[in-house]
Amino acid sequence: MSGHDSPPTVGVSTGPATSLAYHTGTWRTERPVYVDLAPPCSLACPSGEDIRGWLGSTQEGEVGFEKAWRRLVAANPLPAVMGRICYHPCQTACNRGDVDEEVGINAVERFLGDTALARGWALPAPAAQSGRRVLVVGSGPAGLSAAYHLRQLGHAVTVREAAAEPGGMMRYGIPAYRLPRDVLAAEIRRIEATGVRIECSTAVTSLDHAQAEFDAVVLTVGAGVAHHVDIPAGAASHIVDAIDVLRDVASGHPPLLGRRVAVYGGGNTAIDAARTARRLGASDAVVVYRRTREQMPAHPTELADAVGEGVRVQWLSTISAVDGPRVTIERMELDADGRPHGTGEYEELDADTVLLAVGQDADLSLLSDAPDVTVVDGVVRVDPVSLMTGRDGVFAAGDVSPGSRTATYAIGRGARAAKAVDAWLASRVLPAEPVAREASADRLNAWYYSDAPKQHRSELEAARRVTGFEEVLTGLDAEHAVFEARRCMSCGSCFECDNCYGMCPDDAIRKLGPGMRYEIDYDYCKGCGICAAECPCGAIDMVPEVR
Amino acid sequence: MTTVHIPFLQTGTLAVGGRLLTEEERSVQSHADRPSSLTKGHRACQGCAEALAARWVMDTAVEAAGGKLIVANATGCLEVFSTLYPESAWKPPWIHSLFANAAAVATGIAASLHAQGRDDVRVLAQGGDGGTVDIGLAAVSGMFERNDDVLYVCYDNQGYMNTGVQRSSATPATARTATTPAVGRHPGQAFGQGKSMVKIAMAHEIPYVASATPADLRDLEAKVRTAMSIRGARYLHVLVPCPLGWGSASSASIALARAAVQSGIFPVIEARAGELTDVQRIRERVDVSAYLEPQARFAHLFTPGGEDALDRWRALAEANIRRYDLLGGAS
Repeated sequence: MSGHDSPPTVGVSTGPATSLAYHTGTWRTERPVYVDLAPPCSLACPSGEDIRGWLGSTQEGEVGFEKAWRRLVAANPLPAVMGRICYHPCQTACNRGDVDEEVGINAVERFLGDTALARGWALPAPAAQSGRRVLVVGSGPAGLSAAYHLRQLGHAVTVREAAAEPGGMMRYGIPAYRLPRDVLAAEIRRIEATGVRIECSTAVTSLDHAQAEFDAVVLTVGAGVAHHVDIPAGAASHIVDAIDVLRDVASGHPPLLGRRVAVYGGGNTAIDAARTARRLGASDAVVVYRRTREQMPAHPTELADAVGEGVRVQWLSTISAVDGPRVTIERMELDADGRPHGTGEYEELDADTVLLAVGQDADLSLLSDAPDVTVVDGVVRVDPVSLMTGRDGVFAAGDVSPGSRTATYAIGRGARAAKAVDAWLASRVLPAEPVAREASADRLNAWYYSDAPKQHRSELEAARRVTGFEEVLTGLDAEHAVFEARRCMSCGSCFECDNCYGMCPDDAIRKLGPGMRYEIDYDYCKGCGICAAECPCGAIDMVPEVR
Repeated sequence: MTTVHIPFLQTGTLAVGGRLLTEEERSVQSHADRPSSLTKGHRACQGCAEALAARWVMDTAVEAAGGKLIVANATGCLEVFSTLYPESAWKPPWIHSLFANAAAVATGIAASLHAQGRDDVRVLAQGGDGGTVDIGLAAVSGMFERNDDVLYVCYDNQGYMNTGVQRSSATPATARTATTPAVGRHPGQAFGQGKSMVKIAMAHEIPYVASATPADLRDLEAKVRTAMSIRGARYLHVLVPCPLGWGSASSASIALARAAVQSGIFPVIEARAGELTDVQRIRERVDVSAYLEPQARFAHLFTPGGEDALDRWRALAEANIRRYDLLGGAS
């Protein structure tokens, strides 16, 4: 730059005095102040990921990938898994949805997760040994997250798993077309490499014995037992639990279901079971659900994928009886409160097998010697801040405790439990999570975000999908992942676009250099508010001056 | 269009800069060591778009001239708020003579430099709409007609603002000013008056004529660079929202310039030797009310009885859109 840095030397009639002598900042009634607000994506993420942060590193391209992944695994040690199975409430919350289409956060997470596996990046080394021993019961998402975070804090962690392989519902519930097992195994191995000891085929049956052996216990046994309903059924009827079918398929023993399969239920397990039935050769897979599409707990994208694969849904229907291959269905109607009631109208459906997917319960048999651990509505009651159960030193997280039953939520609660155990071991009180101020959509100036469509992961052709358990969604390549990351609007946090600096009519903002952002020169800032109005991401507040 | 194409890097072409841009892709204004030709401490009102546009224009011109730029300034806000005796907010060599003669003074400087064989030093003249469209028009026209080697920049805030907001021949129809009050059957400035300085400049068939706004920095910088690459008479007309005279929020100056362009009210164009060569297309079309309603000088259009005038504004926008093909796709 060939800037004129010397003081102005001007026309013949005036001396060399400069306007810098006059401080126009005294005119100001409001002052601009840079702020950092919480973006809606992170506020919506049950795993507590700093999404804006790791997308920001991804935007830099190749040089930023590892930094992005490290920011990601600071919260979630399973990004390649969650990049596939998370229902991404972050994207539902994303402000970009109001501009064109929400940022494909989940696809970028998967890209970073897969890149880390391909390049063999190791998780951070744990802190110095604390000398304390913690047992985690169960190796699902909550257990693995708790174990990882406890190990990071320096504790000696053992995970005991009743099944033959680790992963919980990720291993035995979610079908392989959504989560390839090699990806799951690789991310679990990486956690083990930090020093977490996982003992499989080792059921924990007594809390007393566990506490004798360990300083603290975290219960993350999940909810892997099928809930049952009473349906009158003839002797020849073939009724099985959907979760058992998924487990058998995942264990390499696919059952024979027949040509026509009915699935009873409306959750993600029901949809997974129906899609699995199609892959096992059923030409007709019908989901029978007693309410409407709007009320269905299954994720809309799962439902759409299932319908795309030929799964049918019979809405407002309950199974009232099963007799051999004949299933009797009662039509339902909703009352004013949206609750379904029988209409007395019946119809018949042919099904070789009926799969029950009407909910899952926790296996709480290990609590038989622990009456002080209270169970309410089938789940273990915990303190909402400390996640401690009724028994000192015993914590619970994931599906076995109250809350949303998703892997994402389980990872977040597992991390929270790790913090809680760490605080308890040190006799500290864990503070409640702070409530952050949200960078809402009305703060943004969307004009500056050029229209940039979401990079869609190409889906396998539906026809190809139903023939096997190949993964349905393919990942983004590096170029598209970077592009998608750059669609992030950085809500509520300065990303150095130079708008404030360039658009100040009073030249009263200093640019401090890459990564250092800007500084307002209040000696000259008149408080016009153009910087705040033209800030794309809403990172400037106008605050009344108090003199 | 001479606009620089910027790849999509979180923001695209519309933001001032961006941390992911290469050095070549950065605007002059995004550099930490930009010239800041119009420096801090000037007395322009809060949110003055003229002060902003003048810095943008001057910084780009100073860069293009390798630091060798002389500026002649007409009387007007820009002169008054930047040079209160004995202070000056200007860094380049700068001269003010009279209201009417900025173009003539610049012509003289250019002739003198040419006589000395100093073709490396460039000359820029600037003024408001009063000094350009009304009072200085004869000198400007003469400068154009002789094809003198001067870039003349008009910052059009559509009235005599620092003397108390009187009308000029650039004041738009229906606008309330101190001399066109919002009373009677046809409140504000009358329809059918005023003149288009851009068309007048084009009619002189000078090498380069362009219009711009502070709503598009990249476009403005590119036009100044283009103008500086050409010898002879050049004219740049910049619409500059005025919180004082327009009765708008100080924070809204950029947004109003954007609305003026996106509604079709202010065509952003380029012309060479009298021929229209390029126009900036409307990106997200808005109704004229998005431009008019935030301005108190048009408040009477939004009271009962203002509908007819609003319709005439819409017709004006439609005419511009047609004439300049602002929505694209006509050719």
